[in-house]
Amino acid sequence: MKTKVTRVLAVSSGGGHWVQMMRLRPAFAGFDVTFASVDADRAADVAPAVFYAIPDANRMQKWKLLVLLVKLGWIMLKTRPHVVITTGAAPGYFAIRMGRVLRARTLFLDSVANAEKLSLSAHLSQRHADLMLTQWPEVAERTGSKFMGSVI
Amino acid sequence: MIFVTVGTQLPFDRLIRTMDGWANATGSNVFAQVGPASSYKPFHIRTRADLSPEAFDEAMDEARIIVAHAGMGTILSGLERGKPVIIMPRRAIYGEHRNDHQLATAAKLAHLNGLHVAADETALLRLLSDHTLLKNGPALASGASQGLITAIREFISP
Repeated sequence: MKTKVTRVLAVSSGGGHWVQMMRLRPAFAGFDVTFASVDADRAADVAPAVFYAIPDANRMQKWKLLVLLVKLGWIMLKTRPHVVITTGAAPGYFAIRMGRVLRARTLFLDSVANAEKLSLSAHLSQRHADLMLTQWPEVAERTGSKFMGSVI
Repeated sequence: MIFVTVGTQLPFDRLIRTMDGWANATGSNVFAQVGPASSYKPFHIRTRADLSPEAFDEAMDEARIIVAHAGMGTILSGLERGKPVIIMPRRAIYGEHRNDHQLATAAKLAHLNGLHVAADETALLRLLSDHTLLKNGPALASGASQGLITAIREFISP
């Protein structure tokens, strides 16, 4: 009998967002995980898992955001994830919105750097994500997001 | 070698100028990733605007001490290697970031083993002269907290 493996799409921008995603990997064991992030060279970190490079963009770079949107949409349609997980920032917001359209379960983990309030991308994603996690209990209290532990 | 890194998005002249002066005074071997073009041109340290992931990992591996802005990628990458990491938060009043969130991050993480927070240039120079910083500590465990891992596993597969 063929068992269906849960497909997870893990999306993050670069730097600290990616490093934090890497620290979540024990949670992905046994699932079919595809990664999307902005540094193509980071593919080696997760091989043999599938890795897609996406453009780096922030809210000031409108045309880059559009390219990001198209690329991420293509990855979404190709991957057809059951679950979308992101550690931010801008790519995470788009991943949550598109994941929801495709009826995936969506989780946004805000960066441990945001010790006082949610980041902008997390704040914008909050009403769209099935689960919004912060890494600080006091931020959870203030924002209605949930605290369930941290990457450190 | 002392590895200095300020991330890819913004310059951080206050940190680079301080490290350049310190390298001049002490003759230390300093390599710095300095980010986008800025007004300050260092003379006594080797610099690169940006590093590939491989070059970044290599510099991290070779460094005795890591000196950086309060960016999570650098902090976690340094502590995962058990290396001393000195962070100086970017300040909005100097135009180094949009806001002072690095100050809050630094304060909240200051308790981490191997992480040292320098509030300003004077504190940074004091830390650099502190020889107890020269030894590696226990490396940060490679995964997130068990609570978070369990919560995410349960979310993926309820």
